[in-house]
Amino acid sequence: MDHLDARIAELAVLHEPVRRALYLYVARQPHEVSRGEAADAVGVQRKLAAFHLDKLAEDGLLEVSYRRLGGRTGPGAGRPAKLYRRSSRQYELSLPPRAYELAAELLAAVVEEGGDERTLREQARRAGEGLARGRGGGAARPGEDPLGPVAALLAEQGFEPYREGGELRLRNCPFHSLARHYPVLVCGMNRALAGGVLAGLGAAGLAARLDPRGDDCCVVIAASKTNED
Amino acid sequence: MDLDRPARHHLAQLNVARLREPLDSALLVGFVALLGPVNALADRSPGFVWRLQTDDGDATSIRPFDDEHMIVNLSVWSSRESLWDFVYRSGHLEVMQRRREWFHRLAEPWTVLWWVAAGGVPSLDEARQRLALLRRLGPTPAAFTFRQPFPAPDGEGALRDRPLRARARS
Repeated sequence: MDHLDARIAELAVLHEPVRRALYLYVARQPHEVSRGEAADAVGVQRKLAAFHLDKLAEDGLLEVSYRRLGGRTGPGAGRPAKLYRRSSRQYELSLPPRAYELAAELLAAVVEEGGDERTLREQARRAGEGLARGRGGGAARPGEDPLGPVAALLAEQGFEPYREGGELRLRNCPFHSLARHYPVLVCGMNRALAGGVLAGLGAAGLAARLDPRGDDCCVVIAASKTNED
Repeated sequence: MDLDRPARHHLAQLNVARLREPLDSALLVGFVALLGPVNALADRSPGFVWRLQTDDGDATSIRPFDDEHMIVNLSVWSSRESLWDFVYRSGHLEVMQRRREWFHRLAEPWTVLWWVAAGGVPSLDEARQRLALLRRLGPTPAAFTFRQPFPAPDGEGALRDRPLRARARS
């Protein structure tokens, strides 16, 4: 939930109306915007605009550069103006958590390869391994809860894991509406993603299976029954 | 809408599949082994009404098309939801994941849904016609899919059984 918290906090900075108006004005201009221009556009004093614009820059929603307006150079040309533009960073907040961009990446890779469902599962598995390796940490150490590292990673990805009878179930499907239209394709992709996560973590004793129930994601993670994954 | 009134329509479904090899081949061993358990699962699923079967207990000996490799499933359910829950929200989902092992990919639609009068059982002939209709016209009230469903003729299934897209938005 920390990650959801952070996402909400990031966008909550736009709640204040003046700040939001300034952000929207800057974001919509094809050029970099000075404090004066933004203040005039929104109808507030320069000092107030500066305060909000700098807060937005501090929070990463705007980026700053300095340029001498008017093209003057050399000594006596005056101080460069502080200019603002929309940050190139991408912000997303979905409630419940959704990860359609990940699904799109995987599906696009399949199309490019001229592949099919099997290719999708391979891509998804690789993506899962990448997620695990990117996070670091590895599998649980002896004596530790084996489901711990998996649960933590899947929580970050928005799956909302919970434990039941020694197994890990997932309350949320990050590909929910896609899965409703293409259940076999997307659930298989999801299971492969989870399998990749387990492999990437080196969690040898765990396996991901399909076991749909209620509104939960259909993937369940538990101790594997055989020695193979 | 009076929810106490028994449903006047049930949902029929036909799906066809093209075997990669004969049912008694080594390749199909896994599929044949699953027939019993999966059919038993269907029989006890909520909303299951009827399925086409011979004395063997399944429909795999039936060849309604001029094609030795084309087998079918024909069944009736009390609602779209109950069929959906069996097909995608039960052990059947896992089996669906494996279909490429046993069956060819088909270029045309291979599954069709339509409304029948409650208590009625569709014939194979009618089922074939519904599939042909879907293939010719795309989804219509007479022959449709999960992705583009239609309510029963008298509107039943419209409120109780809203299209999945609409429900996701509400």
